[in-house]
Amino acid sequence: MKLIDHSKVVKNMAPRLLWNQVFKVIFFIATLFGLFVLGILLYRIFTQGSGYLSLDFLQNLPSRKPERAGIKTALIGTVWLVGVVAPVSLLIGVGTALYLEEYAKKSRFTDFIQVNISNLAGVPSIVFGLLGLTLFVRAFALGTSVLAAGLTMSLLVLPVIIVASQEAIRAVPNELREASFGMGATKWQTIIRVVLPAAIPGILTGGILALSRAIGETAPLVVLGLPLFIAFLPKTVFDTFTVLPMQIYNWTSRPQEEFHALAAAGIIILLVMLIIMNSIAVLIRNKFQKRY
Amino acid sequence: MNIVIDKNNKTLENPAKEIVYKTNELNLWYGENHALKNINLDIYENEVTAIIGPSGCGKSTYIKTLNRMIELIPIVKTSGEISYRGRNIFEKSYTVEELRTKVGMVFQKPNPFPKSIYENVAYGPKIHGIRDKKVLDEVVEKSLKGAAIWDEVKDRLHQNAYGLSGGQQQRLCIARCLAIEPDVILMDEPTSALDPISTLKVEELVQELKKNFSIIIVTHNMQQAARISDKTAFFLNGEVVEFDQTNKIFSTPSDKRTEDYITGRFG
Amino acid sequence: MALKKGSSSIQKLIEEKKKNKSVHSIIEKLIPTILLLTAVISVLTTFGIVFTLIFETFTFFTKVSFIEFITSKKWYPFSETQGSYGILPLVSGTLRVTLIAIIVAVPIGLASAIFLSEYAHENTRRIIKPILEVLAGIPTIVYGFFALTFVTPILREFIPQLEIFNALSPGIVIGIMITPMIASLSEDAMSSVPNSMREGALALGSTKFEVSMKVVLPAAISGIVASIVLAVSRAIGETMIVAVAGGSTPTWGWDVTGSIQTMTAYIVQVSTGDAGYGTTIYYSIYAVGMTLFVFTLVMNLLAQYIAKRFREVY
Repeated sequence: MKLIDHSKVVKNMAPRLLWNQVFKVIFFIATLFGLFVLGILLYRIFTQGSGYLSLDFLQNLPSRKPERAGIKTALIGTVWLVGVVAPVSLLIGVGTALYLEEYAKKSRFTDFIQVNISNLAGVPSIVFGLLGLTLFVRAFALGTSVLAAGLTMSLLVLPVIIVASQEAIRAVPNELREASFGMGATKWQTIIRVVLPAAIPGILTGGILALSRAIGETAPLVVLGLPLFIAFLPKTVFDTFTVLPMQIYNWTSRPQEEFHALAAAGIIILLVMLIIMNSIAVLIRNKFQKRY
Repeated sequence: MNIVIDKNNKTLENPAKEIVYKTNELNLWYGENHALKNINLDIYENEVTAIIGPSGCGKSTYIKTLNRMIELIPIVKTSGEISYRGRNIFEKSYTVEELRTKVGMVFQKPNPFPKSIYENVAYGPKIHGIRDKKVLDEVVEKSLKGAAIWDEVKDRLHQNAYGLSGGQQQRLCIARCLAIEPDVILMDEPTSALDPISTLKVEELVQELKKNFSIIIVTHNMQQAARISDKTAFFLNGEVVEFDQTNKIFSTPSDKRTEDYITGRFG
Repeated sequence: MALKKGSSSIQKLIEEKKKNKSVHSIIEKLIPTILLLTAVISVLTTFGIVFTLIFETFTFFTKVSFIEFITSKKWYPFSETQGSYGILPLVSGTLRVTLIAIIVAVPIGLASAIFLSEYAHENTRRIIKPILEVLAGIPTIVYGFFALTFVTPILREFIPQLEIFNALSPGIVIGIMITPMIASLSEDAMSSVPNSMREGALALGSTKFEVSMKVVLPAAISGIVASIVLAVSRAIGETMIVAVAGGSTPTWGWDVTGSIQTMTAYIVQVSTGDAGYGTTIYYSIYAVGMTLFVFTLVMNLLAQYIAKRFREVY
C-alpha cells in the first residue's frame, strides 16, 4: 500500500539538512565577495595614491615629471563637461518624459520610442563615441571641443534621465492634476506648477546618477580624440580640453610606477566626486520618499 | 493499538483512536500581540477536526503552528507545547523538514508550482530522495487518484499546472500533499477561493481522505464544518471557547458565545 | 459680505487676465510640439548610430572585401604593404574575455541573488544592495587600473607564464564589474516569485536550499537568464578595462595568458594613434564598431525576448 518508505525518508534527512547549511554559508560568502573586492580596491587605490594627494596636485598642470604633475586641467575640464551635459541632457530627457507621460496617447509610435530608449541604454558607450566622432567632431566641425564631448555624453546618459523622469512623473498622483484642472488651470500650467514640482526629487536623483555616469566615462571621449595631455584650460565651449578619466587613463598606460601612483591619486579625486554626487542623490531620495 | 472499552468513559474521546496532536498550554505572540492564549486541544487520528471562528480569532495561526510554518514570520514567539505522536514539535532536535514530511498542508489559495502537473506531484517524493521513475509514476497516479483528479488530467500530465481551473489546481495541491504519504493533512480554508461546485468536490474528497489520514481543517464556513467534520473547535480572540463533537457544537453548544456565533449573531 | 465682494473681484481679475488668452493658447499649442521634438531626439540618436555605422562601414568595404573581413583570421591593419582585415581575432579576443567574465560573474551573482532573496533578513538586504550599487557605479577606468596594477601582478605569482597584458585579468575584473548587475536583476526576478509557492514547498518538508533551487530558481528563470544575457552584452561592449589590461595583439584561439585585443580595445588603439581621417584604418573602426553594435543589439533583444516570452504568470 505505502509506496514511500518513511524510515528511508528520515535517513535521507541528515545529508539534506547538511547541504542546506553548507549552501547557506556558500551563498553568504558569495554575497560578501562584492564587499570584499570593494574594500580591497579602495584600500589599494588609497595606499597607492595618497602620497601624491596634495593641494599642489589639484592646482598643477600636467607634467612629464610625475612629482610636478597635477590634475588642474582635467578637473576643470570635468566641470566644463558637466556644465554642458547637465542642461542639455536634463532638458531633452525631462521633455521626452513629459511628452510620453503627459501628452502622448499610448500608440505604436510611443511604444516605438519606449523600446528605442531601452535599446539605446544597452548600446556600448564606445559606439556613442563613433556617433559623436562622425556627427559632432567631423560633420558639425566642432573638433575635440567641450561642446562636441558634452553633446556626445548627453546622448549617452539620456536613457537614464528619461526613465528616471518617467518614473517620477508617473508617481505624481492623479488627484493633484485633477485638483489643478478643477480650478480651471490649463494643461501646461498644471504640468509646470503641479506635476514638475512634485516630480522634481525623482528627476534630480536620476539626473545626478546620469551625471556621475558622464564624469566617469572614458571610452567615448577617447574615440572623439580628446587629447591625453593638455597644458591649458578651455575658455569657451568650442575649445579643446581633457577630463579626469582621460588623465587617469593617460597615467595608467605609462609603464612607470610613479605615474601609476598619480593615476591612483586621480582616481581618489574622481571617486570623491562620485561619492559626493551619489550622497546628494541618496539624500534627496530619502528626504522626499513616500510623501503621498 | 491499545483498545480500551470503558462504558463509563465520560470524556468525548473515542478510546479506539490514538491522539495525533496534543496541544498543551500553547501561547503565541506576534511581537507584542498575544495571538493564541493557553490553547489545549487533542486531535485524534482518522478524524476530521474543524476549526471555526471569526476572522482574526487565531484559527489560521494555530493550524500553521502545527507544522511550524508560522515561524516564517520572524517576530513570532511561542510558549507551551505541541506534541505530535508523543514528541514535542518545538524540541531543538526536531527539524521542521522532518515534521513537515509527516504533516502535509493545503493552503487557502491553490499554489501549484509553475511546473507540469506530473512534476508538481513528484516534487515531494523527489526532494525526499525517491528517484526511481517507476515508483514516481506510481506515486503520481495514486496521489492524483486519491485527490479525485486523475481522470481529468491523466492525458495531460506533462502540461503546465497553470492551465488547470482553480478547483482543479486546489485538488492538484491536495494530490501534491498526498504524494509524500503524510500522516496528518492540515487544510487552511482550502475552499475559500473556489466556486461552489469545486468546493463540493473538495468536501467529498475530505470525507474520502479521512479513512487514511487525520485531517485538520480551518474554515470560515460553518455549514462546511457541520457537513464534513467529526469534531469542531470554536476559536475566539485567540482562545478555544469550546471543543466537542461537531453535532453537539451545532445542536447544543455549552457556551453562550458559541451559540451566538453559530446562530450568526456575530462574526 | 466683504468676502463675497472680494471673491467677485477675483473673478473680475481673472476675466481681465483672460484677455491675454491668445498668448496662453499659443503656448498651450506649442508645448506638445516642442516636447515631441525632444522625444524624437532619442529616436534620431538611434538612427544616427545605425546610419553612421552603416555608411562608414560601407566605405570601408569599398577598400576591403567583406569575405576577408568575416573569414580571415589575420588582423594586421598597421602593416603598410600587406594590411589584413579579418575580424575573427578581435571577436575571439572579445569572446575569451567575456567568457571569463561570465564564469566569474554568474555563480557569484546568482549566489548573492539567492542569498539576498531567500536567506537574508530585510536589514541585511538594505545594507548589501546599496553596496552592490556602488560597485556597479565605479567608473570602468578605475577597474582597468585595478586589473593592471593589482589583479595581473597577483595572478602572475600563481601563473608564471602569464604576460603583463592578458585576457585573464581583464576577464576576471569585468566579471566583478557585472556581478552586481546579475545579482540585482536576478534578485528582483526571484523576489517577485509569490511567497505562496515557497510555503507550498516548505510544507512538503523542503529545506530552504531545495526551495531556492527547485522552486524559486525555475520559477524566476526567465528574469535570471535575461539578466545574464544583459550582463554578457555589457561585457562585450566593455572598453577601458580591456584597453588598459588586455593588450593590443589580435590573436585567434583560446589562449588567455597572452596579450590579446578585443573589438573595443582596437577602436581605442586607433583613436589614440595617429591614423589620418579617410584612411582604411580610420574606416576600420566603424566596421569593428558595427560588428560590436550587432553583437550587443542581438544580446539586448534576446534578453527582452526571454523576459517577455518566458515570463511566468503566477
